[in-house]
Amino acid sequence: MHLSPDQIVFWHYGFLKLNATIVFTWGLMLMMAGGSKLITRNLSIGIQRSRWQNLLEIVVTGIEKQIAEVGLSRPEKYLGFLGTLFLFVAAAAVCTVIPGYEPPTASLSTTAALALCVFVAVPFFGVEEQGVRNYLKSYAKPTIIMLPFNIISELSRTLALAVRLFGNMMSGAMIIGILLTITPFIFPIIMTVLGLLTGMVQAYIFSILATVYIAAATRDRKPKPESVQAIPA
Amino acid sequence: MDNMTIIAVASIVIAGITISLGSIGPALAEGRAVATALTSLAQQPDASATITRTLFVGLAMIESIAIYCFVVSMILIFANPFWNHVIAQTAGK
Repeated sequence: MHLSPDQIVFWHYGFLKLNATIVFTWGLMLMMAGGSKLITRNLSIGIQRSRWQNLLEIVVTGIEKQIAEVGLSRPEKYLGFLGTLFLFVAAAAVCTVIPGYEPPTASLSTTAALALCVFVAVPFFGVEEQGVRNYLKSYAKPTIIMLPFNIISELSRTLALAVRLFGNMMSGAMIIGILLTITPFIFPIIMTVLGLLTGMVQAYIFSILATVYIAAATRDRKPKPESVQAIPA
Repeated sequence: MDNMTIIAVASIVIAGITISLGSIGPALAEGRAVATALTSLAQQPDASATITRTLFVGLAMIESIAIYCFVVSMILIFANPFWNHVIAQTAGK
């Protein structure tokens, strides 16, 4: 009974280890990148389009709408990063239906890496939008006394992102593993379905939280003069 | 009782207590959150997308607390460093 796919090692040389987490991550990357490449080979603009292109368009416009709803004014700038977060975590959860597969997000290494990406991306987008001085000044809002608390909240948000995703994925895999040794067929299948549901919800939560953090970092503090519009008489 | 027995008993008992006490608070809080969300959905059905999204985000944050307790419990049972240390000592003897 292993705690995470890190403990299944396929090959090692010195301190380099090829464990199940890495292999499954590579498999996911291959499937998602290869599939998208195949689908977007002949994109069509007109009414007639293949159903796979339709599917991808639904997914991309859905994510773009969600990002715009949270409050980011130009969603296409952030679509690459946030869309990839959602699609990777969702694909990692959905592929649980394949026998012998374990989600790589059930390992703390993967979730910590994803949370660190968000931790780096938030100041990056904040500085890109507001400039270095304004972004650093935002840490001292509302008063300078809040400065250590703002810094601590940045770190604890990252930790919470990593542990939340890890805990949800690991508990799903572990409960199925334990139940398979106890009860026959039907109950582990029900728990697998529940695991799929929580996996999709956690993917959505991870990307929405990343969106909210980026929106908080890039929010314009000063009111824009052109937002006051003359009302036509 | 020698060291091994004390560590085993403590780990098992505390693992059970951790997860049972740690799920009381989040369960109550999630119930209240969903109840309030249903009330506001009934009052303003037009805002259902925003309310639903905020509800899910809030539920995930509340759930994290229960997940932390679950992770501690799993570590005590499956990846217990004190137990591994004591086992390594007995195996080495």
